Amino acid sequence: MTSRPHPDSTLVFDRTQAEAARQAFWRGLDELDRSQIDSHAPAHEPVSWYRREFMKLMAASLALAGTPGCSRPPLEQIVPYREGPPESTYGKPVFFASAIARDGYGAGVLVETNMGRPTKIEGNPLHPASLGATDIFSQAAVLELWDPDRSQVVLNGKNVETWDRFVEALRARLAHAPDGAGLRILTETVTSPTLHAQLRRLVAKYPRARWHQYQPLNRDNVYAGTALAFGEPLEPRYAFGNARIVVSLDADFLGSLPGCVRYARDFAEARRTHAATMIRLYVAEGTPSLTGAMADEKRIVRSAEILRLAQAMARALGVGAAQPGAAVASDAWLDAAVADLLQHRGSALVVAGDRQPPAVHALVHAINQQLGNQGATIEYTTPVAFEPASELESMRELVAAMDAAQVDALLVLGGNPVYNAPADSGFGAALERIPWKAHLSLSRDETSARCDWHLPAAHVLESWSDIRAFDGTVTIQQPCIAPLYGGRSAHELLAEIAGETGTSGYDIVREHWQQKHGVAGFDAFWRDALRRGVIEEPSPLRRVAVLKPGLSIGVERVSDPNTIELVFAPDPTLGDGRHANNAWLQELPKPLSTLTWGNAAMISPALAQRLGVKTEDVVEIGVGPRRIEAPVWISPGHADDSVTVYLGHGRIRAGSVGTGVGFDAYALRTAAALWSASAVTLRPTGARFPLAATQTHDRMEGRDIVRLLTRDQANACAKGPCPPAGEAPVQATLYPPVAYEGYKWGMSIDLGSCIGCAACTVACQAENNIPVVGKSEVRRGREMHWIRVDRYYAGSPDRPRTLFQPVPCMQCEHAPCEVVCPVEASVHDAEGLNVQVYNRCVGTRFCSNNCPYKVRRFNFLSYTRDTPSLNAQRNPEVTVRMRGVMEKCTYCVQRISRARIDADKSGRRIVDGDVVTACQAVCPTQAIVFGDLNDPQSAVNQRKSSPLDYALLAELNTRPRTTYLPKVINPAAGSERA
Amino acid sequence: MLRLLLIVGLALVALGLITYRVNARPDAQLAAPVEQSVPFSHKHHVTDDGIDCRYCHTSVETSAFAGIPPLSTCMTCHSQIYTEAPVLRALVSAYRGGAALRWNRVHDLPDFVYFDHSIHIAKGVGCSTCHGRVDTMPLTSRVVSLDMQWCLDCHRTPEKYLRPADRIFDMRWQPAADQLARGSELKRGYRVRDERELTSCSTCHR
Repeated sequence: MTSRPHPDSTLVFDRTQAEAARQAFWRGLDELDRSQIDSHAPAHEPVSWYRREFMKLMAASLALAGTPGCSRPPLEQIVPYREGPPESTYGKPVFFASAIARDGYGAGVLVETNMGRPTKIEGNPLHPASLGATDIFSQAAVLELWDPDRSQVVLNGKNVETWDRFVEALRARLAHAPDGAGLRILTETVTSPTLHAQLRRLVAKYPRARWHQYQPLNRDNVYAGTALAFGEPLEPRYAFGNARIVVSLDADFLGSLPGCVRYARDFAEARRTHAATMIRLYVAEGTPSLTGAMADEKRIVRSAEILRLAQAMARALGVGAAQPGAAVASDAWLDAAVADLLQHRGSALVVAGDRQPPAVHALVHAINQQLGNQGATIEYTTPVAFEPASELESMRELVAAMDAAQVDALLVLGGNPVYNAPADSGFGAALERIPWKAHLSLSRDETSARCDWHLPAAHVLESWSDIRAFDGTVTIQQPCIAPLYGGRSAHELLAEIAGETGTSGYDIVREHWQQKHGVAGFDAFWRDALRRGVIEEPSPLRRVAVLKPGLSIGVERVSDPNTIELVFAPDPTLGDGRHANNAWLQELPKPLSTLTWGNAAMISPALAQRLGVKTEDVVEIGVGPRRIEAPVWISPGHADDSVTVYLGHGRIRAGSVGTGVGFDAYALRTAAALWSASAVTLRPTGARFPLAATQTHDRMEGRDIVRLLTRDQANACAKGPCPPAGEAPVQATLYPPVAYEGYKWGMSIDLGSCIGCAACTVACQAENNIPVVGKSEVRRGREMHWIRVDRYYAGSPDRPRTLFQPVPCMQCEHAPCEVVCPVEASVHDAEGLNVQVYNRCVGTRFCSNNCPYKVRRFNFLSYTRDTPSLNAQRNPEVTVRMRGVMEKCTYCVQRISRARIDADKSGRRIVDGDVVTACQAVCPTQAIVFGDLNDPQSAVNQRKSSPLDYALLAELNTRPRTTYLPKVINPAAGSERA
Repeated sequence: MLRLLLIVGLALVALGLITYRVNARPDAQLAAPVEQSVPFSHKHHVTDDGIDCRYCHTSVETSAFAGIPPLSTCMTCHSQIYTEAPVLRALVSAYRGGAALRWNRVHDLPDFVYFDHSIHIAKGVGCSTCHGRVDTMPLTSRVVSLDMQWCLDCHRTPEKYLRPADRIFDMRWQPAADQLARGSELKRGYRVRDERELTSCSTCHR
């Protein structure tokens, strides 16, 4: 897998194509600067072998090798049910509709359970935030459920206690003050109707009790922005399907805004046709994001200057609210954007990022109003969050009360404020002074350790609740398994406080909806809500937003262009840090940087040069008196004089996986600079810190791998030859032709739709029992992901264009891996799948060596440890591989088998859509399509019939079943970057 | 010294080979019934009582797994008869909330083999073809080797074993003299996939 460039390696390929491609695309800065080539090639850690040691080990292995092959499998037992559950058949999965939250906003999912064990999450096609897809966090939720580090007992200090003893202590505490004086409850953003009703009831019962909300990734700026523009906090909601021109001002609507999975679907659909209606995307951002990578026209601008850019844009569009002065000078990007916006009134959309201050949001709302976009591409509803006060303010009030000794009892429901409250909030210190404090959480984290009582929470897959999605759609969250460790939900805990002893989560949620719906016909309503996973609740209500009269927004403060700014961003795979103990997410290469197991300070190539640092050099980042040290990652396309740090790392009590991974950027995040800080100092320390990126692994040596076309070029292709060079000629072959008369499976991947979110990689990991290997193994290039998302850059390192390419096994018809396998472990099946037979594999690794796509993965060590709770997560339909065995993408052969057996039993053929691979199902943008090539009507054939369809390394004549469609961009007329 | 080492080494190799031969014989461990905590007799339940296979193995026609009956199935009768019989103590106590009843598997395939009962039933493979005359077994034992060669025998030439759909659960079914002709006819009728497909690795391994 770790190929070094061979001097003659390109000789066998078409020179002209290779040359052209080599010029155009690159994957890492080291490829541009050949002198750095080895700096992050997979590390070749020296292994010392002595002859005697080797002989000893070999002799022992030989002696042991014979024994397990001699006997039948060990005796297994079957434990029958006492009463069989009515809805399930032995050996068949059951799906439950539920929802999983991301930063408080729910997205519908279907949880697959096998014999009562949740094993896999799929999107809920009926849910508007999902439409069948999910993000990476939902995929990884099953691993979180089975995490052996979850807390399993109630703790009082270091003493193991029971729930009953806790309730007793709680009652005693509540008896102190019958009016609730001194009682405070801290939650994260509340989007659960039932939880909100409970909190309201509680505050009514204890009138002097207070409820606070804080989460580090909150929408304060969004609500403050709408309040500034319209006089009341509103929730903006976008309709990308109706948009022609989209301008993003630091808004990552494809990767992190609430509803991003749905937005990505709408966006991709509006771009897939290369007609004149194809969306054109303008992005201005400083920290490269998934949305920025999709930009047709991108302007790289520091986060602090977005306000001035918005100001200039508003003024150019004639928005009265924008005060003159301080705006940035206009440039080609701004002129083109403004011209396009003016031409597309009513089908344009400007979006501001959650990181930007309220003034930017207000300006953007004024722009959208000016262009008449409301009702077409943007609409407003009352907030999805209940009682959306400023969470920063709420936290500040709480700490002030704690400092003033007004708080006797603090109940923290979820969240981890000791870790992620603003560094200068003093929450941790103030907590010490509270006489009685309890924390409900999944594991004993930083906050639990500082509280008297730690209460194990029930996981979302173990408990009843409800949650609103980005558009207000409510889903009843139903448990798919009884709490593994006797955890309880926030609902049950609040019921205890309210004196409703012993009420179950089910009763609480059901009662809430029964009151709301009325008794008549409630059973049918309830069953339907559970079955479909969707309730169309009339609230939050849609509003016609009207700009406040006399609205006037100026730039109060111009950031000093000569200092360096610091930008905080949620980690792309760990979010705010709550997923730090999730090994799938730790090892998932972060989109754009491909870093695993840790974070880094992202800086531009120019800044790195100025500082004299290279990737992996450690710098000290200073903001006022606060200092942290972090390794540098040079990020092409990053704004100059700006450094981005990702939150969510450096946990000290995450668990055995996440503790101590990366550095803690919250240490620099203060209330005054929640999203960006200015006047930052960067000082190289001279130290180095190894990072584990997958960037230069599996390098493809600059051949014609990703294709990039403009819309005009793509449309011209329908008539003439396609650049570059067109189809590779089918070459002569020595292999006998094989007819595939039954099914003939194939896949098409649309690079134009792929946003690089990596959901496919995690979905595949969950579906196919793929192990994690850890940081040191990733550094050796031994990551096991069956589908990787390669990232390529085109153009200059300062302003590159970014392309993503998911690469699973190509399922070659003339598979190079097969001819070199000495034991026929790599063979073809009758439907053209290139299958890997684990029980034959002896681990020579010849196949991987001969695979031009580098998609084969070898179990160098026993990566799958025998952890009982993790065993329960495994997909029973897929073999768990052992050490010494090669593995790779199978096109989800278990799903094909299931569909084939089902179809065979009813005497029909598999129809298009019966087999959906895990990566295809999860893909938010439907970039991946799979199906039968022998069915002329199949979706995959439709995709492959495009003249743009191309095979990876077609010149090798491997005849891959997986082919690609090029990335097609829609640059502005006259753009020099076309 | 060297000679001694050589002799010991050769002896070890020989011992290993013998162990392998003995254990790898397809019919090793066949005859002996597997011990169970409740000495369940298929002979009694099937032949004496006339209970159909599917009364207990409910999912055999729909799922990969034929299904092991929940205790409540046993108790449909045994809550009335033989309730206090010593042989049923483990069953009754498990049903009343005691230690779970654990059946030892008689037919166990390696974990990398994915066998599906329902498709075999649908395509005309009868119970007794693989499980033998379970209806005559007081204690259940395996009658076939379940090794890959045995599976492939049928996957290569299913016509040797296929039977009409109405005889699938007939334990007394025997192939007729002209089974090959009838089997070929049935194979076409059932639309059994061809040998190349049935012997593809991915048919059973994933």
